[in-house]
Amino acid sequence: MSATAPAMPRKLTRKEQRAVDNKTKLTSPTASVIAIIIAIVWTTPTAGLLITSFRPASEIRTTGWWTVFSNPDFTTENYSDALGTSGLGQSFINSIVITIPAVIIPILLALLAAYAFAWIPFKGRDILFTAVFALQVVPIQVTLIPLLTQYVNVGLDGTLWVLWLSHSMFALPLAIFLLHNFMKEIPASLIEAARVDGAGHVRIFFTVLLPLLVPAIASFGIFQFLWVWNDLLVAMVFASNDYAPVTRKIAEMVGSFGSAWHLLAAGAFISMLVPVIVFLALQRYFVRGMLAGGVKG
Amino acid sequence: MEWLLKPDGAGQEFLVMIIAIALFASVMALVLFLTDRPNMPRWVPIVGYLGPAVALIGFGLLFPALTTVVNSFQNRTKDAFVGLDNYAEIFTNPEFIRVLVNTALWMVLVPLVSTALGLVYAVLVDRIRMEKVAKTLIFLPMAISMVGASIIWKFVYEYKPPGVDQIGLLNQLLVTFGAEPQQFLLDPPGNTFALIFVMIWIQTGFAMTVLSAAIKAIPDDIVEAAQIDGVSGIKMFVYITMPSVRPAIIVVLTTIAMATLKAFDVVYTMTGGNFQTSVIANEFFTQSFVRQQPHIGAALAVLLFVIVSPIVIYNVRNMRISEGER
Repeated sequence: MSATAPAMPRKLTRKEQRAVDNKTKLTSPTASVIAIIIAIVWTTPTAGLLITSFRPASEIRTTGWWTVFSNPDFTTENYSDALGTSGLGQSFINSIVITIPAVIIPILLALLAAYAFAWIPFKGRDILFTAVFALQVVPIQVTLIPLLTQYVNVGLDGTLWVLWLSHSMFALPLAIFLLHNFMKEIPASLIEAARVDGAGHVRIFFTVLLPLLVPAIASFGIFQFLWVWNDLLVAMVFASNDYAPVTRKIAEMVGSFGSAWHLLAAGAFISMLVPVIVFLALQRYFVRGMLAGGVKG
Repeated sequence: MEWLLKPDGAGQEFLVMIIAIALFASVMALVLFLTDRPNMPRWVPIVGYLGPAVALIGFGLLFPALTTVVNSFQNRTKDAFVGLDNYAEIFTNPEFIRVLVNTALWMVLVPLVSTALGLVYAVLVDRIRMEKVAKTLIFLPMAISMVGASIIWKFVYEYKPPGVDQIGLLNQLLVTFGAEPQQFLLDPPGNTFALIFVMIWIQTGFAMTVLSAAIKAIPDDIVEAAQIDGVSGIKMFVYITMPSVRPAIIVVLTTIAMATLKAFDVVYTMTGGNFQTSVIANEFFTQSFVRQQPHIGAALAVLLFVIVSPIVIYNVRNMRISEGER
């Protein structure tokens, strides 16, 4: 195909393009109805619980949340009860304290390792990198009991330290893989030029690579943030009761008073507030990381 | 120094947190400082950069995983080898067979349904005016915890006896249409499907996002050529869109299958694995930490690993191929 052919039609204006799109897309009424139904099913349950979290406890027990439209009656008491008497306030702080180092530590360690994998050739590098890559999908269940035994042996079980350590270790394979991929995409000529100028590894790392890696670090950072904040398994196995994060606390609330919906609803939204804000603010980076293969479990 | 291990209250917790970050940051700084002097042997930076990460991966993943494999062939007290007894128990005891069947149902239904819904939705909202908002709505369940998602849906499934006002949306709908309210989470086998739907609700956003990106990456000239040939609507979807995004569909299916296999949060929060709803990941937790049967727990964990291992091998082969192309 020749781009200079005179017969080539001019570029369509945006309005014309939309007209063409509309003709060729699946814009039948059925299609729109399906899309709207999916959107409704996906949002109504959340909206219902959100409304519930602001209704008085006695009302929640006896009438459906949809009755607020004819009989509105709202309170913020559920939130103060959940944060205060139910102890969610302390576990909210625990969640913050657990999550921040569990995001920063693996990034620091993975940056070093990814740099070595990407830019220092050595014997056995491919095999080592493949091993790290393969470990990404290992279910962490396989590691939990022996790790717990180790922690008990050294007397660290139940502390914040083992939570940070465990989350960091579980995150390292993904972090190294993602950062390595981004580092590899930086043109070798940039690194070579710096080397010719006499820059060592450290100077190359800080002046050439790091500024270009900010989006990659952000991608992984959000991932890890959401993963740690939302984690239940690691918190159930390794945290002592004093350091239980929000997820574990509300999971316990479901078990112990399963029908205290005023507390559960408020608790659920307290736990969701931070990840939703982080996600909405940094959605761009999250999607980019996901498309680059950043998925773990 | 007691407070370093057991900080009491928010102030001490934040202080210890800052100390922990500073500790790891200074390890990194020290490594950089030591390796950056001139005339170092070549292996020094390699060991320095890779050492901390590889040591942690060895201690935290490799060593415990191997230990678990060994434990899965031992008895409860780890003082005798019992061969395949623990696995035999899992594959013969009817309670465990129920767990395996449920896991299979989860692993088939969640990837297929969420990918199908995600694909359809991605196509439907592609290039409409409210595309960003429409996609964010579906994607938000990915951002919240599975515990939060479980509470949202437990409330939808909430049951009140007939004659009393329903407070769960689904039973209210049933009652409105004249049906009896159902105990969605208590009655097998329907309860397993009620739980599976929650996972579909969570994973569809992931499928939609990846597939939407794949759809947008279809080259314009292919689409235009098809348009000139008069292809549109459903035909465009079947002949152009589907074949173009097939690699992405495979990635999405396997990723969701793995996430589904490993996740125990939904089952744990909604039913605790009771009423015949347990899956391997949840049963691992129950056996290891509630029933104190770590040998069975170890065998279940190894089983999880065995199920994902084909995907590991497949991924490694793919990576090798794409590295070769670079």
